[in-house]
Amino acid sequence: MSTVLQPAGAGNRRRIWRNAGTILGAGIVGFITFVAIFAPWLAPYDPFTIDLGRRVIPPMWMEGGTPANILGTDQLGRDYLSRLIYGARVSMIIGVATIITSGIIGTFLGVMGGFYGGRVDDAVMFAITARLSIPVVLVALAVAGLLGTSFTLVILVLGLLLWDRFAVVARSTTMQIRNLDYVAAARCAGCSPMTVLLKEVLPNIATHLAVVATLEMALAILLEAALSFLGLGVPPPLPSWGLMISEAKEYMFFSPWVIMIPGIALFILVLGVNLLGDALRDMLGTDLSR
Amino acid sequence: MLHFLRRRLPVAIRVALTVLTLSFLLTRLSGDLAISIAGPNASQEDIELIRSAYGLDRPLWVQYFDWLWRALQGDFGDSYFFKTRVARLIMERMPITMTLGLCGLFIALCVALPLGILAAVRENTWVDRSVLMVALIGQAMPSFWLGLILMVVLGLNLGWLPISGTGSWEHYVMPSIVLSFSAIPSLMRLTRSGMIEALASDYIRTARAKGLSRLSILVKHGFRNAAIPVVAIAAVQLGFMLGGSIVIETVFALHGVGYLAWESISKNDFPVVQAVVLVLALIYIGLTLLSDLLNAVLDPRLRSA
Amino acid sequence: MSALLDIEDLRVTFGGTAAVRGISLTVEKGETHCLVGESGCGKSVTSLAVMGLLAKGGKRDAARLSFAGDDIRDYNEAQMSRLRGDRMAMIFQEPMTSLNPAYTVGSQMTEVLRRHRGTPRAQAVDRAVELLTRVGITAPGLRLGQFPHQLSGGLRQRVMIAMALMCDPELLIADEPTTALDVTVQAQILRLLAELQKDLGLGILLITHDLGIVARVADRVSVMYAGEVVESAPTAELFRAPRHPYTRGLLSCVPVPGKVKRDEPLGSIPGVVPRIPPGFTGCAFRDRCSFAEAACAGTLPRRNVGPAHEMLCVLPEGVPA
Repeated sequence: MSTVLQPAGAGNRRRIWRNAGTILGAGIVGFITFVAIFAPWLAPYDPFTIDLGRRVIPPMWMEGGTPANILGTDQLGRDYLSRLIYGARVSMIIGVATIITSGIIGTFLGVMGGFYGGRVDDAVMFAITARLSIPVVLVALAVAGLLGTSFTLVILVLGLLLWDRFAVVARSTTMQIRNLDYVAAARCAGCSPMTVLLKEVLPNIATHLAVVATLEMALAILLEAALSFLGLGVPPPLPSWGLMISEAKEYMFFSPWVIMIPGIALFILVLGVNLLGDALRDMLGTDLSR
Repeated sequence: MLHFLRRRLPVAIRVALTVLTLSFLLTRLSGDLAISIAGPNASQEDIELIRSAYGLDRPLWVQYFDWLWRALQGDFGDSYFFKTRVARLIMERMPITMTLGLCGLFIALCVALPLGILAAVRENTWVDRSVLMVALIGQAMPSFWLGLILMVVLGLNLGWLPISGTGSWEHYVMPSIVLSFSAIPSLMRLTRSGMIEALASDYIRTARAKGLSRLSILVKHGFRNAAIPVVAIAAVQLGFMLGGSIVIETVFALHGVGYLAWESISKNDFPVVQAVVLVLALIYIGLTLLSDLLNAVLDPRLRSA
Repeated sequence: MSALLDIEDLRVTFGGTAAVRGISLTVEKGETHCLVGESGCGKSVTSLAVMGLLAKGGKRDAARLSFAGDDIRDYNEAQMSRLRGDRMAMIFQEPMTSLNPAYTVGSQMTEVLRRHRGTPRAQAVDRAVELLTRVGITAPGLRLGQFPHQLSGGLRQRVMIAMALMCDPELLIADEPTTALDVTVQAQILRLLAELQKDLGLGILLITHDLGIVARVADRVSVMYAGEVVESAPTAELFRAPRHPYTRGLLSCVPVPGKVKRDEPLGSIPGVVPRIPPGFTGCAFRDRCSFAEAACAGTLPRRNVGPAHEMLCVLPEGVPA
């Protein structure tokens, strides 16, 4: 039997299911991006204003809550909703800036390796292997410990550490494309390697890189939160969700909502980015999962 | 097999040397290590004293080769804070991290393998979709946050497990569960896709044509082949998990290597930080080598190659 | 005495596609029945349906499906799995991929006996050695310890045949067993099947698209087109007097020395096997048939046109010779 026939119903059901995931993912990411961009207009209070008289007020639907602070206040009396809204900015900026940095590094290395092959490729493969053997969290923490914490440092460190998957994917897709007839034709027609790379290779691997970008963005957001949680990421008083969880830790046994709220926000954002990545991958029909 | 090792070992050794160099450079990132060690309140004399005491006044390449030579002999110097040999500190803490890593991996496999197989057998049904949903959720769960929630629920509210510390086996339960979450999604997806591929293969049709039992078809013939990449990746995952255990050990105050590294980072104890980075990287390199070996052992087609 | 395998009005559908549309055929003990047709006409699906091995989503329905006198239509998976590999065995087209790469030849052969007969390992190994020798493999002891990737395609197919014979089956279904092999190996495998049949009294349902093979080994031939048997006859009769336009078309595609002249083009049938939507009536071949007429869209008569020679066509005596 050469052809395996699929029952028509299963395919449709799968498509509907995937569409639901795509819409959910796009909705989450779109909403959080919107919140991040318009934070100053959306936030009811200034996220940095401390009011020690109004500390750890629970969200309005809980006992002791007040409509003045919809999600309550933190241990310094700052409005939790406002901090959460500004926290979206931190996560989104770090996520996007990290994948831009790591995307440039990884794509450059991967394309070079895949396009030129031979020794260049050996060197790129070696760089990838060496990079993978370095424990990311530990090195990021060590660097932050040495150089002091700052917003840009987090981006830089994560950007310099998370390029491996970009390189792997860029390399293998470039290799495939390099051997296609039309690219070979362009090379034969006397186009310079640079022209071929920019005009033929990059546009064709861009879609694959977009899938990697979503996966890496999700990872970068989680790592930033973890670093901030350990006190070596974004410095206070910036409202990073990871930092909010860290600061709220002391109160979690008495009022668990203090860690639930930023944690759920973080979880939803990462889930949304991953859903978007899955949707993108399905659209492209490529399987990069590992 | 020997041939295989002969090909892989040189690469592994070169990577190890690169990592050695990188972990040396890591501590020199700040420009002047002596200032970092002395701390913000130190006087100029203190800094000079530290500089000569730790040999930081020598040219960089002398320091490098001195450090490299010692590191190759397993001598990572003395801890500034704990005042003992770094190697001894790590040796003391390593069993805890290893236990955590292995328990985490064990839990991850116990969850990922059956669910992955189940999803593959029931491909495109609600069972499959639920399993994929679990993978997505696991991927999106911040590990430190999950740790805190477990502490509140299992530790405080239900009182089943100790909240933090290193004392008994019970102290490992929550950290292991949290750590396993980082490996479950990828192992589960890999098991699922491997099983789907295996179940669609001609040899499964042969196995059915031979009238074998369902269990034998699924496990002996299907999973045996799907397991090859899973086992290989599991070894690599263990490496990632050991590297990631720093967050979890810190959350649960489990005094393993990760906790040691975190303590050392906050106390500017650079020889320890440097050594932990190096040791974890070397373990990872060893595990990738092991992964390749496992691959070759499990896949008869690679065995003879 | 009833036939070993007796199929009447077998239908298989995959979702909205009818793959097999009511075929009937029988395989007697010691007989080789060939099922011929182009790719996609439903030959393989027929054989898988008989074995109960249809892919997910495939639905089987039949007026009669009996094996050695037992009605196996309502057999569940457990009952079928007791039959498969024991009393009815199957070999496939792809010897390269049909053996499990993770286990040795010996392990894959002996597990059939161990499963169906509970034979102890040592005896099962003896049986495997005996059969490997029987299918013409030298150094069977060595082969038992080898993995499939260490064997050539021809050897693997021999192993598949030996494995199918482990429990002494009554029926062997061979789905294009030689298609993936070199021509010289093909001949050896066919000779082997013929010998085994003579010695063991096997009933064989051989599925092929190669009329050369049919001429060499078949006792009886059924020609399939788009899920239906359009003509069925004893081999000699079919080759001597093919009646159905499709059969004739197929035969004209095969070069026969002495019959086909130099410079004269070989025949070919224009078009491809169509996809049959549900509720289709009439002759599925009519779009490609040069004898098509208005009546071809109606219900077709199945009629006898010679000794044990059946045909599904509106032409009263078939194509004029």
